[in-house]
Amino acid sequence: MRKWLVIAIPYVWMILFFLIPFFIVFKISLSESEISIPPYTPVFDIFEGWESIKAKIGELDFEKYSFIFSDELYTSAYLSSIKIAAVSTFLTLLIAYPLAYGMARAPREWQPTLMMFVILPFWTSFLIRVYAWIGILKNEGLLNALLLNLGVISEPLTIMNTTMAVYIGIVYSYLPFMVLPLYASLEKIDGRLLEAAEDLGSPPWKAFWQVTFPLSIPGIVAGCFLVFIPAVGEFVIPDLLGGSETLMIGKTLWSEFFNNRDWPVASAVAVLLLLVLIIPIVGFQWAQQRAREAGR
Amino acid sequence: MNNRFSWFNVTAIVLGFAFLYIPILILVIYSFNDSKLVTVWGGFSTKWYAGLIENEQLMDAAWTTLRVAFISATMATVLGTMAALVLVRMGRFPGRTLFSGMIFAPLVMPEVITGLSLLLLFVAINFDRGFWTIVLAHATFTMCFAAVVVQARLSDFDHRVEEAAMDLGASPVATFFQVTLPIIAPSVISAWLLAFTLSLDDLVIASFTTGPSATTLPMKIYSQVRLGVTPEINAISTIMIAFVTVGVLIASYMTKMQTARVERDRRAADAAAN
Repeated sequence: MRKWLVIAIPYVWMILFFLIPFFIVFKISLSESEISIPPYTPVFDIFEGWESIKAKIGELDFEKYSFIFSDELYTSAYLSSIKIAAVSTFLTLLIAYPLAYGMARAPREWQPTLMMFVILPFWTSFLIRVYAWIGILKNEGLLNALLLNLGVISEPLTIMNTTMAVYIGIVYSYLPFMVLPLYASLEKIDGRLLEAAEDLGSPPWKAFWQVTFPLSIPGIVAGCFLVFIPAVGEFVIPDLLGGSETLMIGKTLWSEFFNNRDWPVASAVAVLLLLVLIIPIVGFQWAQQRAREAGR
Repeated sequence: MNNRFSWFNVTAIVLGFAFLYIPILILVIYSFNDSKLVTVWGGFSTKWYAGLIENEQLMDAAWTTLRVAFISATMATVLGTMAALVLVRMGRFPGRTLFSGMIFAPLVMPEVITGLSLLLLFVAINFDRGFWTIVLAHATFTMCFAAVVVQARLSDFDHRVEEAAMDLGASPVATFFQVTLPIIAPSVISAWLLAFTLSLDDLVIASFTTGPSATTLPMKIYSQVRLGVTPEINAISTIMIAFVTVGVLIASYMTKMQTARVERDRRAADAAAN
């Protein structure tokens, strides 16, 4: 009896606050936009009874969706979000791998401290960490001041308000998400395997590519999902660091909602974003499941 | 693995940490800058901090944020611990896959989707938006992080101590509170701290779910950041960073102590057994 209560409380909570809201988003995406409060006409009301719902289902139209598909602004925002997220995920992996590798091979007694220093920035505000880059990257910012003083460049570089700044912001903010799963899988590798490879005459680079790297693939996969999925829908980074030329869907959704106050279009954008992400999300769940089963 | 510091490992770690920490360091240093210009050093000053205390709106927002974080983290920890128990201890039951999906999906769900969907729920049920809607929204997305933290600890300790307690006649509830909870306590505390800081930091979900009556600190900072870099924002950011850093250091010290105690107990038990 109590067992069912322990299951029921979080279960009902998640259904109420996680699952049902998605259906509401879908429902509103089919509504008409209105200038009123709330700014949409409800399509159907559950309390009106089944007959009226049935009647109205027949009248549903996917007008908002055809609007989104016909407007190039939205389709290019989806495509460029995916592209920006994919490129930044790859860059994050390139920077995170050596760090995680170095950590996994550091003396044992150092490892908890190193771990803590990777996690610490993750605990400090995302917004603040993105803000910190504005002072560095802008035209009269610190990076340009440094490079000009060193004589590396003669004209200030324009990085702020470009897609480049968005890449830097995503890599920086999501680095801990990549380092942690990588470290977890690298740290588990049995050192004797590498010794065996060495004893059998394999040079260190070959041992790395044929032993260490394949064994770290579960960490790479988990890290890439953890970075890619939230990065596609990122809002704060493109808003603060990117310029008008950087289209990202999270930003589009935000401005549809807050600036245009068009809730039905914002909802339709969210539904399509979710559809884009459903494959990586299911892939992530599947990879987690497999890792758990392998761990047993 | 043969663990030692080779030149490659040291370089990788130093460069990685430099990338992670230099921007934060610069931000902290410039919060003490006397000049209003961000790139010019005008001497040491704490005047921006003094200015913060007089900024009533900012103080109000900070107080709201702390209350939201405290209440939502407590709710998230209770719910997250229950969810972790369900995932680790309850075996198979109908709907388990859906449940674990609902726990893991919010970890990667873009915040704009979570925020919009919760807002539309609150509008649909006519719930007055403001302080409590932010609390409910934060409790929901942070409980999933709490569940993952507690779950990791629950699945790697020796289940036989729980079985022993039940064999000796303890009820499942007594077993949980007297055996399981003390063992998983450090992870429950870290879960609470994680939920607390996630709530403290959140901009997107709070912006969607709030009403006119409640403004949180990240919302306040965001609206100022859009206008440009100012030393005041550096000062408030430094305070938030210091706050979180101290919390994390205390938490990791406590975990270390706990691990040391468990280790000592185990050695004592081994010695007694021989």
